[in-house]
Amino acid sequence: MKSAVIVFPGLNRDRDMIAALEKVTGEKPHLAWHGDSDLPDVDLVVVPGGFSYGDYLRAGAIAARSPMLKRVKEHADRGGLTLGVCNGFQILTETGLLPGALMRNRDLKFLCKVIHLKAENTTSPFTSAYKGHEAFPCPIAHHDGNYFIDPDGLKALEDNSQIAFRYCDENGNVTLEANPNGSIENIAGITNKQGNVLGMMPHPENLIEAAHGGIEGRYIFDSLVAAVA
Amino acid sequence: MHARIFVTLKNGVLDPQGQAIEGSLSSLGFEGVDAVRQGKIFDVKLEETDHEAAKEKLAQMCEKLLANTVIENYSIEIVD
Repeated sequence: MKSAVIVFPGLNRDRDMIAALEKVTGEKPHLAWHGDSDLPDVDLVVVPGGFSYGDYLRAGAIAARSPMLKRVKEHADRGGLTLGVCNGFQILTETGLLPGALMRNRDLKFLCKVIHLKAENTTSPFTSAYKGHEAFPCPIAHHDGNYFIDPDGLKALEDNSQIAFRYCDENGNVTLEANPNGSIENIAGITNKQGNVLGMMPHPENLIEAAHGGIEGRYIFDSLVAAVA
Repeated sequence: MHARIFVTLKNGVLDPQGQAIEGSLSSLGFEGVDAVRQGKIFDVKLEETDHEAAKEKLAQMCEKLLANTVIENYSIEIVD
């Protein structure tokens, strides 16, 4: 699987994403600088996490208007697989590739901890490998992960099975207490209607090998490799 | 021309920062504060001299960048 990672000033999770992609796919991803306007033809484009442009204006707002994001949008509009993690999720909502918005965490604190996730839909190209082990622990590290969408938008997400991951407790129960940041309906990750774009706040790239405390993040990349094959 | 743009959260969108400010005002002893909503102000200087043309351009700026219309409303005021 050929992949590209978009690089912005202020990111800090690009290296982890590159390492994860290389480990799972066996190929180094192409690195695409935000100011460039050429994006090679790849199977997967990843917008990684961090604090692009210092989160000025709104998290992801400036990055979403950079020249490279136009290419990312074209790739996604052609049906190309596109993954946004953390700041990448914020950027994809700011471009309009994904619905809704990510707001300041409910308790106003930066959260860096391990939470539990439940894969809600194991039919997408990003989540097929979660079948049979839907609930798993996963790290989060964000200040603006409080997902918001209006009631009509929420209904559309539910009707189209676009909710990929929800925050849950260690037994896989989606509860109010298990919601770390106030996200509506415990939403941690969503896909677009077509299913080729996924945005999520947790960090699967930091859950790739046993030394990370688990390998369940890898299943996203395994799912993608299977989808492309 | 000097314009001022106000960006505020839409009704129904939770504002945890506004709530924290409200709590802080109460702890300072200010009574009778029902709610606080936090927003942003942008002061923009433009070469444009026609008010209507300026407002149209500023509205485009809001739609494309200054406001996230999923969660925010904006209003435009020409200051001078």
